[in-house]
Order: sequence, then structure tokens, then C-alpha cells
Amino acid sequence: MDGERVRQWEAQCIQEQLPACSAACPVHVDARKMAQSIAKGDFATALKTFQHSITLPRIVSHICDHPCQQACRRKEAGDPLNISALERAAVAFGGKVAPLRKFGTRPQSVAIVGGGISGVVAALDLAVKGYTVELFESAPTLLPRLRNTDELLPGSAIDADLSSLAQLRVVARCGVSVTQGDHENSLGTLVQRFSAVYLAVGGSGDLTGSLEMLTIDAVTYATNVAKLFAGGSMRYGSARYSPMTSFQDGRHAALSIDRFLQGASLTAGRETQGPQESRLYTDITPFEPESRVAAADFSAGYTREEAQKEADRCFPCSCMECVRVCEYLKEYRAYPKRYVREIYNNLCIVMGVRNANRMINSCSLCGLCQQVCPEKMSMAEVCLDARQTMVQTKKMPVSAHEFALRDMAFSTGEAFAAAKHQPGFRESSRLFFPGCQLSASSPEHVQSCYQFLCENYEGGVGLVLNCCGAPALWSGRKNLFEENCASLKQIWLQMGQPNVIVACSSCYRTLKDNLPEIPIQSLWPHLNSPAAVKPNHQLTGRAYAIHDPCSTRGVREVEDSVRELLQRMEVEGKELNPRGETTCCGYGGLARFVNPELTDRTVKRRAQQSEADYITYCAMCRDSFARQGKRAVHLLDLVFDGQGEDPAARPDPGFSRRQENRARLKSRLLEQLWGEKREVSVPALILQISAPVRQVMEQRMILESDVRKTIEAAESGGQTLRLPNGHFLATHCPANVTYWVEYAPGTQGAFEIFNAYSHRMQVR
Amino acid sequence: MTEQDANTPEEPLVCRKCDKTLEKAKVTASYLGNEFQIELWKCPGCGMVYVPESLATGKMLRVEQALEDK
Repeated sequence: MDGERVRQWEAQCIQEQLPACSAACPVHVDARKMAQSIAKGDFATALKTFQHSITLPRIVSHICDHPCQQACRRKEAGDPLNISALERAAVAFGGKVAPLRKFGTRPQSVAIVGGGISGVVAALDLAVKGYTVELFESAPTLLPRLRNTDELLPGSAIDADLSSLAQLRVVARCGVSVTQGDHENSLGTLVQRFSAVYLAVGGSGDLTGSLEMLTIDAVTYATNVAKLFAGGSMRYGSARYSPMTSFQDGRHAALSIDRFLQGASLTAGRETQGPQESRLYTDITPFEPESRVAAADFSAGYTREEAQKEADRCFPCSCMECVRVCEYLKEYRAYPKRYVREIYNNLCIVMGVRNANRMINSCSLCGLCQQVCPEKMSMAEVCLDARQTMVQTKKMPVSAHEFALRDMAFSTGEAFAAAKHQPGFRESSRLFFPGCQLSASSPEHVQSCYQFLCENYEGGVGLVLNCCGAPALWSGRKNLFEENCASLKQIWLQMGQPNVIVACSSCYRTLKDNLPEIPIQSLWPHLNSPAAVKPNHQLTGRAYAIHDPCSTRGVREVEDSVRELLQRMEVEGKELNPRGETTCCGYGGLARFVNPELTDRTVKRRAQQSEADYITYCAMCRDSFARQGKRAVHLLDLVFDGQGEDPAARPDPGFSRRQENRARLKSRLLEQLWGEKREVSVPALILQISAPVRQVMEQRMILESDVRKTIEAAESGGQTLRLPNGHFLATHCPANVTYWVEYAPGTQGAFEIFNAYSHRMQVR
Repeated sequence: MTEQDANTPEEPLVCRKCDKTLEKAKVTASYLGNEFQIELWKCPGCGMVYVPESLATGKMLRVEQALEDK
């Protein structure tokens, strides 16, 4: 996994972006967090949050010009939050204002010229950092502009906040004019005497006239004079006086001076400094409009209760669009930005436990996250990339995908794979590629489809039984997947490069994305003809909820043609979600093999969305619903007869039956259509397996063929125990997995199976 | 893997091939190049080791997964 790509993914996820209020604040007060605390009645934490950014909390809470409120997204649903009044409530009810503390001491000294907000803030910040600070103000008191506005800002609040200066040993020289010239208090002398000087004299200082030649950098507050920094309203214009802009100038100039005195870069990492637009997306639609809470006594500000009520109107702003729609993203209690870092760290571990392996393998790779993300970030891309890296570096847990890959090998092997021109033809104008899972779940539909295509198209319709390679792709086996693609391409070339008609959405996606030279078409438009549709009126003429498979999410050719086909059959198809936002059934990405608890929840959540029977056109989706007891039909159940009267109640065939169905389909087709008698090895051993035991085997991913081989081995002298209950317990290890089967000879030469389990550890 | 498994059979298990009763023995369990000593029931004749279901689907599975994540 490429580190640069990781940073791009992280930047794409906007969940950690500042909310609109903080972004608009010149010093990024965390108003959202403050409101959250106040809403819970925790004023002390709210004050702490406020003080994190504000060194003059009493003053600022009274006179802040709150640009946050113009930005607050609440205004799109009622009035914006009264953040300014909440700040005041935080100070009023938050208990003791924590004193500022010095962090160490530094040898340099700094002069601040101008005792307005900007100068005082710079003085406090630099003193906290450990510098010796002298503050010069021509008026008899500091903050002269804020005096005599008692009804707005009580003098006691000013004095209380300014006491921090004395605590931090800032020397305040009031009534001292700093002017041009060459004397003790001239600017020139101060620049010589001090390591740095911050000039913040507003519009009325004695220096104003002589500063016309001074240029101030808008980001660093450095001037064209060495060691001299400048800011406050003398920078942005006294006529536009804003206490918070002055506050920001003092804060950022102090940062520059600190960097300057430490020899660090003045410009690095300042992109997020100052007010900015927020990139954080927040869906406002769930929120009803609400008016601002009015204070009973306006001049006194909010009471506790009023403040709590007002704070409770904060949404709070948050994206989480992807997490909301995905059980997988919800499972790990964070959001993509965190997950990307966790996954990358996991891949970088040299010695130690890779705790995120399971997480990486639990994503269904369905891409719904990307669909709903305002920035189109895809966790599927991240997880697939991570899986490929794990395979490459030999860190992929062996047990994760072995079973699914064995199943793929079954489908690409002799048992199922075949490629044939239509009987009586030497070439194919089209190829039917039903895929492995439809063949596993509804083999008779494959036969019906093929028959229909042969009857309705001239020039010969070839048949290819094989696997598209999705399990190899999803499990990160790049080489195996590429080999499979190459072999499919070879088959296609040998068949004369015909158009390929696929019945499975995963095949459609996999082949389209990876073999673009092959013209791939979905089966559904081909079936949309009166010739194909002979509706079974017991099943049609009623409503189903449509579950679109995730692999062809948003592919109009597929999704539209299915709806047209339903219309032709007079089936009312109800939409389960906005078009293009379908969810995965849990089979995608092989997540089910790694985290069945999670994928069960995913299917359950989907199943509960509607009371109606579901209709889908992916065999795995249908069978996943069936496993959860949700009634669901495959589109082909309606197009062709053959699944009995109630196909919605058909159970999932299970892993063993799936393989058996494929093998039988191949044999049947070869025999019936091509007259080829195939040697099907009839199992010598007949097994009697009850439904509960079958379920245990399914959960433990033990196939009937594994059980059969174990008994075969036992009956020909292999390792077996006699249990006290008279049963045998046989063990057999054909490759990586050791199987144990409890059995007893049943009736008519069959063997009754009572239990089966397995492990990977070798014991001797 | 050093703990004694709780699921030891109440009645003796007999090896079908050797017709001998299994005895407790120190055996070696190995996975992905890691080895553990563990006490299990073993046939004194052919050396077949009995792995009970609760061990295979419980502790052994957890250790396998932990080793796969190492």
C-alpha cells in the first residue's frame, strides 16, 4: 500500500474537518464541543473547551463578534445557535476560570507595543511559552477601547482577565508612548533592545503616521523590518474593528515570534490558520426547524436551563454518511479516516499482532460508502489494496479465504468448467456465461436460459461454465485472478470472440472491469421479450420489493432492464432505497467467510426494510436472504417455472449442495445437449446427515465431500476411535485442515453422521 | 495451550485399529512454525492423538487465529 495514496484517502474523508462554526472562528473555538457539554449540563467542561482557545475568557464571552453564528448550519433549520450567549453561560456557570501557566522559560525577551486585545493576547501567549514580555500602552490603562462600556462588558471582567498578565510576570508599561526617533522608548531602540517586537497600536497610536512604509505579511505578521512583527486593527483597518480578528492577530503573531526566535519556519503548516470555509458535510434534512431560545433577562444572559436548551439545538454537525448506511463501517466505531490509518499501520507492523486483519477482510467491497460519500471516498478500494498487500507480503491469514478459493477451484476445474458451441454449430455468435453461483443455486434456470437463448438467436449460442474469478479478486490474490482472466480470455478467443451474456451481477462487474476487450452484456434485456416470459401467475401479478445486487449498483443497463422485465410480467416492484444505493447481501468481498456475525447483521438489516417478499437477480443475494428466513425469489423464478410453487421459501442449498448442483448441471447438459456421457464418480459412500448436523457443517465450512473422505479413510484402516456410545470418531487430514467425523454405520450400507469439526493445528 | 482441556472423556476412548485405551500424554501441537506442548489423550499403539471438539472449536481455534495475525 502506497503511503502517498494513504494520505490522499485520509484527506478525502471529511469527518474530522472543523464544523462550520469552528472553521469560521478566527481562532477555531470548538463551539460544537462546547455546545455538546452545555447540552448535558456540563458547564465546567464547556468552559475548559472555551479556554483551550481563548486566553481572555471573561472579556471574549462578552464582546466576541461571533462570526461562527453566521456560519452555523442550524440556520438552515431555524435560527443559528446563539454560540455567543453559550460562551457567556460557560464562563458564568463553569466554575473557576483556570489560571494560565508558563511552560518552561526561554532566554529571549519580547516587546509588545499596544495594549489592545491583539497586544494583550500576544503578550499572554508569549509569556505562557516562557518568554520575558514587556507591554507598552500609551493610554493610562490596558484595553482602553473596551473601557466605559459597562453595560456590555463589566470592568470587573476586564480586570479579572488582565490579572493573568501579572501572574505570568508580564511587565505592563501604561502611559508610555512609543514613538519614532532615537530615545529610550523609540521603536528603533525597542527593536535593538528586544529579541523581537510586536506592534499592535490600532489606529490611534503615536506611531500611526510614520508606519506608511511598513508592510505586513497576512499569514506570518512579519514586516519588512527585521525582528518587527505587526497586527491588530492597524493591519486590517480600524474602521472594521473586530475583537476576534484582533485576537487572532495577537495569537498568530505570537506563534510567528516564537518560531522566529526558535529558528523555525514561519510559513510551514499554516494553511488552516484563520477563518475558512468548512468542508464538513452535514445532512440537515432530518432536523425540524427550531427557533432560538430567548433569555428571560436579556442583559443577564442565559440561565443554566436556557443555555442547556439552546445548546441542545446543536445537531451536532457530522458527516458519517457512509457509516450510517454500512454495518461494517459501524462495527469498528469510527470512520474511514481512522480506518485508513489503522489499516496502514496494521500493514506496517513487522513484529507483533496485526489486530486489523479481520477488519480488512470483513468489508464486502460493495462500494456503497463511495456512492453516498460527498467526497467519493471508497473503503472498498482501501480494503482491497490492503488485502493485496497482505497476500504479497505473505501476511494474509491462511484460513480467511481458503474455503472460498477451494470453491472457486472447484468451479474452474474439471468438475464444472466447460466451453461448448451450441450443438450443431461450429461457431458462436454469442456466449452464455451463467457463472458459478446461479449454477450452484438454481441449475435448472441455467438450463432454461440457455435453451431460450439458443431458440431465439441465430448463429449459435455457445455455453461457458466457469468462474469469473471474483473470489480471487476479492481475496487479494492478484496473480490467481490475473491467471483466471487470462484463461477466460483464451476461452473467449477460442470461441471466436463473441458477445458474452452473463447472468450474474458479480460476473458482469468483474469481467467488465478487468477484461474490457470482451463485450459483456447482462442477461436481463435478452429475456425481455414475449417469447421468454411465460409468467407463472401464481407468482406474478403481485408486489415484491426489489433488492438490486451491489455489484451492478447504478448500472442502468442492468437495473432498468430488470424493472422493464418486471413490468412485462405485471409484477409491482417496490424500491427499497433510492436508486443506486442498494446494499450488499454479505457475500461480496468474501466477508461472510471471515466475519459471519457481521454479514448476518447486514442481511438482517436489509431483510427488515420491507415486509414484502424480495425479488433479486443474484443467486447469492437470494440465498443470503433465505438463510435469514427472509422470503425472496430470484427474477428467474418468475420468468421460468421449475422451482416449485413457492420459490420464495426455498432454502439456501448450502456449500456442499452448491458444488454438487454445479457438477450435476455440467453432466446433465453435456449428456442431454451434446450427447456426451460423462463419467460422474458416484460416491461409494452414502451419508445420512440430519438437518441440524448439516447446519453445524455449514457453519464450520465442512463439505460432505470432506466427511466422505474422512469416513473412507477410516473404513480403510485410518485413524479412528471407538466412542463409549458405540459411534466411531474418525480423523483425516488431506491438506491443511484436519477433519473429525463422528459416525456409525446406518441402514442399507449408509453411514449416519452425528457430528463434524475441524482444526488447522497439527498434533502429534 | 498448556492448560488441561476440560472436555476429557468420562469413559475411556479406545483406538479402533489397535484396540488399546487412550492414555494421557504430552504431545506437540504446531501451527505456522510455532510449537506448543500440550497434554492430550493418545493411543499407546499407533500414536493417534484425540482432539476433543471443545478444544478444536474453542481454544485451538483462538490460538490458530492469533498466530495467523502475528
